[in-house]
Amino acid sequence: MTVQGPMNNDLLHKPPLTPGRVFRLSLLMAFVLLLVGAASLLVGTADVSFQKFMALASGSLAADDPARLIILKIRLPRIILAGLAGFSLALGGVVFQALLRNPLADPFILGVSSGSAFGAIIGILLGFTFSVGIPLMSFAGALLTIYLVLALGTRRMGMESSTILLTGVILNAFFTAVIMFFISIVVDSRLHSMLFWLYGDLSQSRYTSLMILAPSLIVASVILFSFAKELNLITTGEEIALQLGVDVEKAKKTCLVLVSLVIGVVVSFSGLIGFVGLIVPHLARMAFGSDHRLLIPVASLGGAVFLITADTLARLLISPSELPVGVITAFMGAPFFLYLLRVRGSQWSRS
Amino acid sequence: MEPILTLRKVGFRYSASWAVRGVDLEVFPGEMLGILGPNGSGKTTLLKIMDGMLLPHEGDVLVGGKSIGSLKRGDIAKVVAMVAQENFFRFAFSVLEVVLMGRFPHLRRLQFERDKDLEIAVNALKATHTLELSERSIHELSGGEKQRVLIARALAQEPGVVLLDEPTSFLDLKYKKEIFDLIATLTREKRLGVVIVSHDIDLMSQYCHRLLMLKNGSVHQSGTPDEVIRTESIQEVYGCAVVVDYNPLTGKPRVSLKP
Repeated sequence: MTVQGPMNNDLLHKPPLTPGRVFRLSLLMAFVLLLVGAASLLVGTADVSFQKFMALASGSLAADDPARLIILKIRLPRIILAGLAGFSLALGGVVFQALLRNPLADPFILGVSSGSAFGAIIGILLGFTFSVGIPLMSFAGALLTIYLVLALGTRRMGMESSTILLTGVILNAFFTAVIMFFISIVVDSRLHSMLFWLYGDLSQSRYTSLMILAPSLIVASVILFSFAKELNLITTGEEIALQLGVDVEKAKKTCLVLVSLVIGVVVSFSGLIGFVGLIVPHLARMAFGSDHRLLIPVASLGGAVFLITADTLARLLISPSELPVGVITAFMGAPFFLYLLRVRGSQWSRS
Repeated sequence: MEPILTLRKVGFRYSASWAVRGVDLEVFPGEMLGILGPNGSGKTTLLKIMDGMLLPHEGDVLVGGKSIGSLKRGDIAKVVAMVAQENFFRFAFSVLEVVLMGRFPHLRRLQFERDKDLEIAVNALKATHTLELSERSIHELSGGEKQRVLIARALAQEPGVVLLDEPTSFLDLKYKKEIFDLIATLTREKRLGVVIVSHDIDLMSQYCHRLLMLKNGSVHQSGTPDEVIRTESIQEVYGCAVVVDYNPLTGKPRVSLKP
């Protein structure tokens, strides 16, 4: 009864997604990331020649050469922070979009980023340090926000997309106002470190902060990846996922806590950088499909590539002065958001 | 013959009043069972009790001899598959990806679909005549095609029982027949126990071996279509005047409204 074409016969031999395919495409993205990172090391306000760069890489550069300081102490930590932040924000976008079944969800739009920044600022006012206390407060701020978004945005309405987004937008506005309030009333040297949260700044990167960021990010992303199949099913509806055997409560809680951790920690070092979690997952979905076992690694690595590129532009565009990277991502992200809302709005607004 | 699913004096209430009460039911392999009743009579609630989405406040549901409340979702999904009424795919998955989702309860954490899982999914696509759609996006399908794909996903779970909630409510006459024909064939050939909730009394009469008619959450009538679909019982349960006669081709009872 069924006619089988040659294409269908191929299907009989290989599942559409294999560990090999995930590995190969992730490796490809990692290679692109390495190239972009290396290119970004070479450009900047100060001139560092390619020869100096190669000499440094091969270990033959003189210890007191200024190029060594510029590359290792200024550019490299900044690029690594940009990579880790982009990775986290895109990962956060992918997971939020799956859990809320809403392609417009992103840590920034949902207010989770500004909630983290709010937590971090409370941490600074309480005199905590960046090594543990402030990232923890930032994590708590992220958790509080996502709890509020879910509690306020889903009451009676189910998981209606626009209600959730509106709740997030309002919380974002509120937390931003609170942050500005604190900046206005606190008159001391701590003020300066608060300002950067509002627009995202990667220039303050230190290797010590990367040592906190990287391990928590690695642990969280591995666990999140292990929930990829559950996320696939949750995007088709929580009840359907339950019927197909997913422990939805456990998956949701674990993923929300881990994403809050990742976003909280990253925001405490990078400030508010918007739209990475919106743009990158969308492009990744267009290129690689909706399966989270592939989407999580490629979108996260893609987020790193994206934010390193954006931050390099931020360093170069008005050199020798520089722009906050959040300005660059918002310039690209806001029109992109409006485009998605207009083109896909009707299709996505159904709950 | 052992029943796959057993309901014993099952009762469920959302608030003070019982939505379903005192329902006894056994589902056997190779049997198509229809649940009829007016809106709000507890049909969907009963279906949700049968797949453990709602745990009964009274009585018990047994799956393979075990109480459904003691089983994990993954274990239930290996025995009971549900084709829900509403299915909305927010993100674009291919038809094959959707059907492979049915393999979830059979896979371990971090395990990808094996060749065996692919084979089961392809067989489910063949059985529902959707193999040629396998690379299409679920968003591109017509209502009838999508419904067949969702039945294929249920088959990929390799369940003993398939529950269908209004499987033809959005479909036209031709697709309705197509879906019911398909379900009847699968019931027979795969020895599935099938439970269908539908408002379409005539279709249910044609296809189902046994019917259960609910009124206010309790079983008003149960038995063969001949026993259940009678003028008095339909009038009593649905509260409107009808004539029941017999389809000249199949001899099954059918219902017409009195003008």
